Amino acid sequence: MSVPPDYLKYAHRRYGMDHDRYIWSALPRRKKVNWPGGARVALWIVPALEWFPLDMKGKPFKPPGALVTAYPDLRHYTLRDYGNRVGIFRVMKALERFGMRASVAVNAAVAVRHPSLIKACVDRGWEVIANGLDMDHLHYEGLPKDEERELVEDSLAILRRVSGQKVRGWLSPARSESFATLDLVAATGIDYVCDWVNDDMPFAMRTESRAIYSMPLSNDIDDHTILVQNRHSEDAFTQQVCDQFDALYKEAASTGRRILTLALHPWVIGQPYRIGALERALTHIMENEDVWTATGAEILDAFTAQA
Amino acid sequence: MDVKRDPGLYDYLPYDRRPKIRWPNDAHVAFWLAPNIEFYELDPPKNPTRGAWSRPPPDVLGYSYRDYGNRAGFWRMLEIFDRCGVRGSVSLNVAVCQHHPEVIEECAKRGWEFYSHGTYNTRFVFEMSEDQERALIQDSIDTIKQHTGQKLDGWLAPALTYTERTLDLVAEMGLTYCCDLFHDDQPCPVKTKRGRLVSIPYSLEMNDAIVFSVNTLSPRAYGDIIKRQFDRLYEEGANSGTVMCIPLHPYLVGQPYRIAAFEEALAYITGHDKIWRATGREIAQYFLAHDFDAFTRASEPVGEAP
Repeated sequence: MSVPPDYLKYAHRRYGMDHDRYIWSALPRRKKVNWPGGARVALWIVPALEWFPLDMKGKPFKPPGALVTAYPDLRHYTLRDYGNRVGIFRVMKALERFGMRASVAVNAAVAVRHPSLIKACVDRGWEVIANGLDMDHLHYEGLPKDEERELVEDSLAILRRVSGQKVRGWLSPARSESFATLDLVAATGIDYVCDWVNDDMPFAMRTESRAIYSMPLSNDIDDHTILVQNRHSEDAFTQQVCDQFDALYKEAASTGRRILTLALHPWVIGQPYRIGALERALTHIMENEDVWTATGAEILDAFTAQA
Repeated sequence: MDVKRDPGLYDYLPYDRRPKIRWPNDAHVAFWLAPNIEFYELDPPKNPTRGAWSRPPPDVLGYSYRDYGNRAGFWRMLEIFDRCGVRGSVSLNVAVCQHHPEVIEECAKRGWEFYSHGTYNTRFVFEMSEDQERALIQDSIDTIKQHTGQKLDGWLAPALTYTERTLDLVAEMGLTYCCDLFHDDQPCPVKTKRGRLVSIPYSLEMNDAIVFSVNTLSPRAYGDIIKRQFDRLYEEGANSGTVMCIPLHPYLVGQPYRIAAFEEALAYITGHDKIWRATGREIAQYFLAHDFDAFTRASEPVGEAP
């Protein structure tokens, strides 16, 4: 076992990034952005409607929330399904209390299995974001390009048909991409992707066909990350969402407006003992008048109008 | 491979029977901050010993999380360092000098130290030949000199990957301290073939990467353990000077929901009189001049295990 002789050659050691997808830039050195109505922070809530098939293969890796036991893993399958039957309705009710709309990230399989659930989202004025086909169809390098293209086109066709919306946003299942994913989704009419966590603001990404944007959907301020992965308490979840808001709100006064993103999984946050933790965080946030609750597409449009 | 049962890098010097360290101005604690300013490659060459990413490239989530440090987190961290009046000793993937000179410039103009954390955090040292390892170290010496004017004094192995000869080579090539040994709360002499090399306490326990990504503590719990660590080292340092390091990663501590709790802990420390706000290089130089030889003489050889 030895290290290859050319191991210390650095083909991309240069100014900026080691790839051409986006331009390097430091957050505080950019042009300041304003939100409608003089808002300081835009609040973007993204619940996910996911389906983890009972015969999951977990290829090339098990996504967060994947089934665990030998077949048939009824235990984890049904707990995930809880989100689509019960949890999401608690999330809807919580948001309605504050007059908030969300951008819901939907596996196309969920739209086929439960079209009435998608209608319930659309009727509430929610934006539908494409979240791939299901949680067992990950996008990754090694998936033949034709298969991945078909996956993108089929998922978007289903979601556009069932929701009646244009569907401008894309979140890859498990935020997993191949080197071609951005090219494929851009060619299928997607305007923004939510997989990348390298920024607090939108930024342009290059693709083969046209420019799209990365929208900053935090993977930290996420109920699954905090409550399931990190095993923190519900109070700690509320605390971290509030601390995130407070820091961004403060910063937004001097360095330009900011976005608080909140990624939710109804099978996690929609449990009776947990939903209050979300409501308490939203209460804290909405004690400030200059918060603009918006969908991803609305935030992006406000951003690009000033770019 | 012929492997050892003990790295053989230091003799035994029990905490209760040492020459006393007297830091400048009778400080109890030499306090230093080690932000790791890193660059992780999206698609690095394969290494026979380990993968660079937990997911197959492109690991968009892992890559972009780390990229956050340079785009956003660093700048937030910089502000609180300025407010608390502290300098950083940058543990630098030296390719950042080429990729993000703006970041280097901000550190340099504040008088921060730069030491080496390899070229990229996605190039690993395990199994390198001696020539490769020398080339890697020389790259750091040259790049830091060229971009910052500083002489390279410290080494923290990239991604904590080494060979048996790593510390011999860094000492021979003129570096004075390393951060890779976690066996002590005071500086210690390292037994190298040539040169005089000091091990400076760096601390994985206080490292935000371990705290947040391995132990999954909350931001406020991190603030609490920092204060407790400091209180005890400050108390013990009244007898003989101790070292406290907080190793940081801007992509972690620079997240909005973590920054305020960290600033509060940092301000707590800098609110104490008997601290020496030092850099890694300053601690190593002071220890070399005042304590290195006494520590070497006081050490006991380690017995051969059966």
